[in-house]
Amino acid sequence: MTVVSASDTPTPGVRPPDELTVLDVRDLRMRYGSQDVLQGVTFTARRGEVLALLGPNGAGKTTTIEILEGFRMRSAGHVSVLGVDPAHGDERWRARLGVVLQSWRDHGKWRVRELLEHLGAFYAPYSTDQVRRPWPVDDLIEAVGLTKHAHKKLSQLSGGQRRRLDVAVGLVGRPEVLFLDEPTVGFDPAARREFHDLMHQLSDDATTILLTTHDLDEAEKLADRILILAAGQIIADGSAEELARRISPRAEVRWSHGGQRHVHSTVDATRFVRELFAQYGDAIEDLEVRRTSLEDTYMTLVHQHESGQRDAAVRRFQEVAG
Amino acid sequence: MSTTRPVLTAIRAGLTAGRIELRQTFTNGQDLWNYLFPPVIMILVMFFMRNSEVQNTGFSLATMTLPSTLGMGIAFTGLMSTAAILVIDREDGTLLRAKAIPHGMIGYLVRKIVLVTGMSLVSFLLLLLAGSSLFDGLQLSDPHVWLTLAWLIPIGLLATMPIGAVLGSIISNARNMGVIMVPNMALIGISGIFYPITEYPGWLQGIAQVFPIYWLGLGMRSAMLPDAMVTVEIADSWRHWETFGVLAAWAVVGLIVAPIVLRRMARRESGSSVAARREKALQRTF
Repeated sequence: MTVVSASDTPTPGVRPPDELTVLDVRDLRMRYGSQDVLQGVTFTARRGEVLALLGPNGAGKTTTIEILEGFRMRSAGHVSVLGVDPAHGDERWRARLGVVLQSWRDHGKWRVRELLEHLGAFYAPYSTDQVRRPWPVDDLIEAVGLTKHAHKKLSQLSGGQRRRLDVAVGLVGRPEVLFLDEPTVGFDPAARREFHDLMHQLSDDATTILLTTHDLDEAEKLADRILILAAGQIIADGSAEELARRISPRAEVRWSHGGQRHVHSTVDATRFVRELFAQYGDAIEDLEVRRTSLEDTYMTLVHQHESGQRDAAVRRFQEVAG
Repeated sequence: MSTTRPVLTAIRAGLTAGRIELRQTFTNGQDLWNYLFPPVIMILVMFFMRNSEVQNTGFSLATMTLPSTLGMGIAFTGLMSTAAILVIDREDGTLLRAKAIPHGMIGYLVRKIVLVTGMSLVSFLLLLLAGSSLFDGLQLSDPHVWLTLAWLIPIGLLATMPIGAVLGSIISNARNMGVIMVPNMALIGISGIFYPITEYPGWLQGIAQVFPIYWLGLGMRSAMLPDAMVTVEIADSWRHWETFGVLAAWAVVGLIVAPIVLRRMARRESGSSVAARREKALQRTF
């Protein structure tokens, strides 16, 4: 038993091998009964990186995120969050994590400011010189755009306002890693934009963010890297551009010249445009370069993967039958 | 490296939150109704009993029932409110929120202990004030009344709240609360709350004496009734030591089992388990 003094501040937990690797997941497997939900998921995230986890329903996104949060035990594989195995994470580790939950009707009688102040209090002992905890409650309420509703009861909030509160609860301890499972469901476009700005700001402050979403546009705007999970495996890992290039290296260049629209598909758009200008100069108008959209990429990758699996199954069957 | 300060912080946060939640129960219709409805029913029952006499003692059955229902109230709130709160908080994600913050479960438990204790005391005082102003015969001016209450109420809550927490952890959704409500009602029926227990057959008396309700009723009667009324009790005695012993035994069992069951229950909580319950609850509504 150590001697306690009021000035005692907890020291950070075990350091990761690499200071900058915040999430390290290798060959993560999860099996419920005879069903393999995750079959060897591998990825890493560095400090300040924003990762979007995409994938069809049932692909294992929520399972993955819950294992990382320490809410679910894995079947096999190596997982480290801030250098700690979530299965054995202590409260000091938990204090450096932010979890944005999909709330429903909890704390209906509490007022917004009251609840954030209460939940924030738990983080005060974990304040360090680098990270002051908790986030001052009025600043936090302003950051998520709830200032006008600070004294409302939770039961009086609209769906979108409640989601903002969920985000605030996830942020109140000034987490170093933030987990968000479908954070913007129920947001109107303005709220979505504000939320994206907040996430960019957090990532500038070196917060590592892992979010799941079905909104591909959102993933493209927010994420430094996109992971596509299908049938329990990561089938793609890279920036939106990298993924698009993988599907099709070609980009579409559109322009008008002399009142006429032109479209040209090319592998090297930059070079094509340079030549275009060299040839026509100022006469080029309405120039656009379009790569494959993330939506096209996503659809193609998921489809390829699914039909690939079907083919593999057919091959296996034929091998057995033959 | 010390872990004491975060724990103390969590306890303090829990105490504050418990007070906030107790205050919330005074400001909304549903909770006020829950406070007022049981005393009104009890008073009504006593009102119909006011002309009945307890076994030729010349003492009104209504006056004897009042302390018994006060004891029953403590047991009932301790058990049922704790269980119900746990079931609801698990269903709506309150518990998961607690789990997601450092030492949040400690804060949560302290907060609920404050809340349930506060609710029990408020209900107790409401019924005591209303009942004693309507029915004569209670000896409330004697200091020994308050001395008895000072140990009886805490041990009564200690005996019932952990068991309530265990039941609340086992029951999977709010709809199944009836599973513990029905046996509880039956226990109240045989525990000598509305009628002297000595008039029941021996085996029934035996069953009643296993559970806290009977002993809380007896304890309250010992505190508030004139000593002459002891003749209606088993063995013509207030049996303080036995009362303390049985309630303490329940408290010990509860305090050993509850942390194990609570921990197991909390470990299973995750975003998807709350989401699954939400799905189910929404389906029920339509």
